[in-house]
Amino acid sequence: MKARVHIFFKDSVFDPQGSTVATSLQKLGFSKVKNVRMGKVIDVEIDSTFLEEAKRDVNKMCEKLLVNPVIETYRVEFLEK
Amino acid sequence: MKVGVITFPGSNCDDDCIFALEKNAECEVETLWHKDTPSLGELDLIVLPGGFSYGDYLRTGAMAAVSPIMDSVKEYADKGGLVLGICNGFQILCESGLLPGALVRNQNQGFVCKDIELEITHSNPWTSPLSAGALLCLPIAHGEGRYVVDPEKYEELDRKGQIIFRYKEDINGSYQRIAGITNERMNVCGMMPHPERASDLRSRDGMKIWNAVRKMVGGKK
Repeated sequence: MKARVHIFFKDSVFDPQGSTVATSLQKLGFSKVKNVRMGKVIDVEIDSTFLEEAKRDVNKMCEKLLVNPVIETYRVEFLEK
Repeated sequence: MKVGVITFPGSNCDDDCIFALEKNAECEVETLWHKDTPSLGELDLIVLPGGFSYGDYLRTGAMAAVSPIMDSVKEYADKGGLVLGICNGFQILCESGLLPGALVRNQNQGFVCKDIELEITHSNPWTSPLSAGALLCLPIAHGEGRYVVDPEKYEELDRKGQIIFRYKEDINGSYQRIAGITNERMNVCGMMPHPERASDLRSRDGMKIWNAVRKMVGGKK
């Protein structure tokens, strides 16, 4: 199965990339754009058919490497069983 | 004084550190590879040099922080051993949890490479005998040097004297102009500026760090 991890900066951490993209969008005439936040998507293919086990593993992966809890938040979705 | 310098894949200031430590600071240097799991006990200082370890994949310092040698570094630091992370080394120490906070993309997105003035915020063993308010001139070269920490943690770090370096002027959007910190025990230090690039006749301010380390090592023995 495949786990998709969405990672974003915490709201308290300024995201200069997102801010630059927002400015460009506004310059292109999208005047209603208020803010842009950019994050990361990581797909992890797992050799397992047990969803609960996979959830546990992916959360451990996030804690140990994929996410830095000091600056980031994340959520995980599973794409196929 | 015997110093270990760790090379990770993508480190590019390791040779500069080795040169400065051997030729300028007159230390004995042991080169260490990230895959090693050596006993580091006989070393007086371990340096994590600057560069782009693992191509800055995922987050700066994230991959290096889980490389095999870091278990040995943590054990060494737990026993009170001196660890200095410079630039990417600072990022690795934050990622590994040896230092609080994190380093992210500069506020203006740009890579900054220039000499800057650095203020010593608290008198501390890493810059002894210089006192608070003293200025050092050191080069910086980084794209991800904006230090972030939540305000409560900042208060704690400041109160305990762990914020030892601040940029005199805002360089990269770093919280409270933080350029370098220590852990609570003050045996682990991370700094974005490069003392190893300022240890020769052109600029000697980097030597002030190596001399302070020598003093700490002398005091321990």
